[in-house]
Amino acid sequence: MKPIIRVENLTHTYGVNTPFCRSAVDHVNMEIMEGEFLGIIGHTGSGKSTLIQHLNGLLKPTSGRILLGEEDIWADPKKIRSVRFRVGLVFQYPEYQLFEETVYKDVAFGPKNMGLDEKEIDRRVRSALAFSGLGEELLDKSPFDLSGGQKRRVAIAGVIAMEPEVLILDEPSAGLDPAGRRSMLENIRNYHKEKGTTVVMVSHSMDEVAENVDRIAVLANAGVVMSGTPHQVFSRAQELLDVGLNVPQVTQVAMELKRQGLAIDPAVYTVADLRAALCKLRGGKA
Amino acid sequence: MTEIIKTENLTFAYPPDEGKEPVLALQGIDLSIAQGSFTVVLGHNGSGKSTLAKHMNAVLLPGGGTVWVDGLDTSDEELLIEVRRRVGMVFQNPDNQIVANVVEEDVAFGPENLGIPTPEIQARVSVALKAVGMEEFTLHAPHHLSGGQKQRIAIAGVIAMEPACIVLDESTAMLDPLGRREVLDTVKKLNREKNITIILITHHMDEAAMADRVVVMDGGRVVMDGTPREILVQVEKLQAIGLAAPHTVELLHGLRQDGFDVPLDALGIQECADVIAAGFKS
Amino acid sequence: MLKDITLGQYFPGNSLAHKLDPRTKILLTVLYIVTLFCARSFVSYGIVVLLLATGVKVSGVAPKALVRGLKPILFIICFTAALNLLYTPGEVLASFWIFKITKEGIFTAFFMVLRITMLIMGTFLLTYTTSPIALTDGLETLLGPLKKVKVPVHELAMIMSIALRFIPTLIEETDKIMSAQKARGADFESGSLMQRAKALVPILVPLFISAFRRADELAIAMECRCYHGGAGRTKLHVLRYQTRDYLVLAAYGIVLAAVLTLAHFGL
Repeated sequence: MKPIIRVENLTHTYGVNTPFCRSAVDHVNMEIMEGEFLGIIGHTGSGKSTLIQHLNGLLKPTSGRILLGEEDIWADPKKIRSVRFRVGLVFQYPEYQLFEETVYKDVAFGPKNMGLDEKEIDRRVRSALAFSGLGEELLDKSPFDLSGGQKRRVAIAGVIAMEPEVLILDEPSAGLDPAGRRSMLENIRNYHKEKGTTVVMVSHSMDEVAENVDRIAVLANAGVVMSGTPHQVFSRAQELLDVGLNVPQVTQVAMELKRQGLAIDPAVYTVADLRAALCKLRGGKA
Repeated sequence: MTEIIKTENLTFAYPPDEGKEPVLALQGIDLSIAQGSFTVVLGHNGSGKSTLAKHMNAVLLPGGGTVWVDGLDTSDEELLIEVRRRVGMVFQNPDNQIVANVVEEDVAFGPENLGIPTPEIQARVSVALKAVGMEEFTLHAPHHLSGGQKQRIAIAGVIAMEPACIVLDESTAMLDPLGRREVLDTVKKLNREKNITIILITHHMDEAAMADRVVVMDGGRVVMDGTPREILVQVEKLQAIGLAAPHTVELLHGLRQDGFDVPLDALGIQECADVIAAGFKS
Repeated sequence: MLKDITLGQYFPGNSLAHKLDPRTKILLTVLYIVTLFCARSFVSYGIVVLLLATGVKVSGVAPKALVRGLKPILFIICFTAALNLLYTPGEVLASFWIFKITKEGIFTAFFMVLRITMLIMGTFLLTYTTSPIALTDGLETLLGPLKKVKVPVHELAMIMSIALRFIPTLIEETDKIMSAQKARGADFESGSLMQRAKALVPILVPLFISAFRRADELAIAMECRCYHGGAGRTKLHVLRYQTRDYLVLAAYGIVLAAVLTLAHFGL
């Protein structure tokens, strides 16, 4: 696999020359692989938001570079808008950015800014709505008449409709109830599977990330402190706890079982895996 | 034990959209909350849990039935202030419930409205800020605080009115895990040390484990009511109404299907690991 | 860029200027403006400059911060200066095309600029040394007597203090909405004036909706905390004049009298 985005030595400092000067990300290096589903985890203030706003050129690095494909995205600042079409970013609580009279028009905002023709816009709007789990009957409704969960899906469709090579979602399930969370994540998983494009999901729920992504990058203290498959990351669970992050409940149970002397892999992170491991340990009789 | 809140056959419907029939958000709720208890109200979005919360200090008035707060009928307009000083409310969005520019001024807002004399307001503000662990932020500007800290300020603002009961209407929904922890620890402490009744409205299942009592709502009705141990182990029933049992319970539930002899009601991590390990040792 | 707005900015401190009662400071500011408009000559303007300098010195506010506050109105200052410079009739010193620069013009322009800058800097000194809360409290108490003629003084003060409370929140929100629309390719920086105005719709609509939602939720939250208007309300901090307030006001009275006398004699 080859990287689609490379972050090289990225530093971003807010409030230079003021007493509030601080680096939100500090000499960060990371790669996002083409076609992968990457989870970025870290608590508030770990630099997550600052990092992802660099990936589509909303923020300009204080120092360091962001490479998209092989090209520095700031090589020609005039072309930064085209970077935003290639790297789609869905902010936290995106439903608060809806503004058009109809769902159709709102989802079409991005494609329209790209200068596409009517037919292509129409295709994209419909396909994006389907990916985000909304029916066509909503197209002519006002987005403000929808439920909270539906509004969020419209907003996500608005970014998907640009058909970006990389889709970044900041806390897509924040504030939703368990059923809403589940179906939202299912839609994102399906989108990744069917489109085959790169998806980056930022979250502070370890359980959510563990169950969905191929790879996890852990952010703490303005830098990437760990990255790898969920299994690799959770095998260093103690370090996660040390930087103030949680590990999935299942992993915590497994860790405790291991500590009590059971021969269990302490890095399992799904209910099904731990169940299977325990059955195996007992001697295979299921 | 005395009850602080009691509802009898409470029904409520929001004004419907044009040309549509009104839908009942609450369909006959009979609930009684004991003074000093810690109750969690669970339910998915639209289950009526927030509508119920808003009846507990007369933000909404019953469409049918009655709500009593400390024996006062909430639909009696004369008693409005008396009801609200007894039951404080903390809302979801921390930014939209802070009135003042300075933390201490915000905490003082309630007592000022009640006409408490100045020296006593000052005493109450400092007690309230201490109770939520925010005393070092007395003179800070609220918009520089984290979400969890803002919610603790909102809680302090309620405590300064010396209420018997605090209702938290999805107050943890917008917070990160750290912020949620801060708020939960704070209300737990207030419940234990000051004997303030806590009613926590949430859809986070793990928050239910810390309560004395869990009330589950669905379709405007109370569908389950009991201790966390009684409620959280009903894996299938919870899933059927759009909720999810904690992973620990889900694990034990699965293991029982696999033929393990483990109890279902081990809610915490430690407890869950202990019962599994015990199963292996015997 | 939105974060540069210094509206109502307050620099906490512990100087005499910070400690004075807000009412004293508001009165001083009003009197200072009166003095400024009475000044007619180098001598009286000199006194005003000296007054401001004393104020700045006592407050410990960095003069740089005051100058920075002038930036947003730089255009107005230059425009006023140019108008006065070019259109004041009198003794012609130089002329080109249709413009004549006169001696009177130079003087008027100079004094106008001085007057505007002194005015702005003086009011900034007030907001820099007085917290918004103290300022609203001060205004509410000073204007208290107007309640008798049915002016809703408490309500106005409450509106002002809530507005101040929500300015940072709404600025932050505007930034967020702008970023989100930019992420969908919105372009706020290029195009004709008309296009730029149209480009604001995706920002303004969500901003207004959010502001109304916030107002709604805040109103409910305030009611839940037993807010029922100004009647019967008490205060966390009660304003009390100290000896220093009387002293400062008395001292200023003397200065004002001096300037008025000078003005009377045409100086």
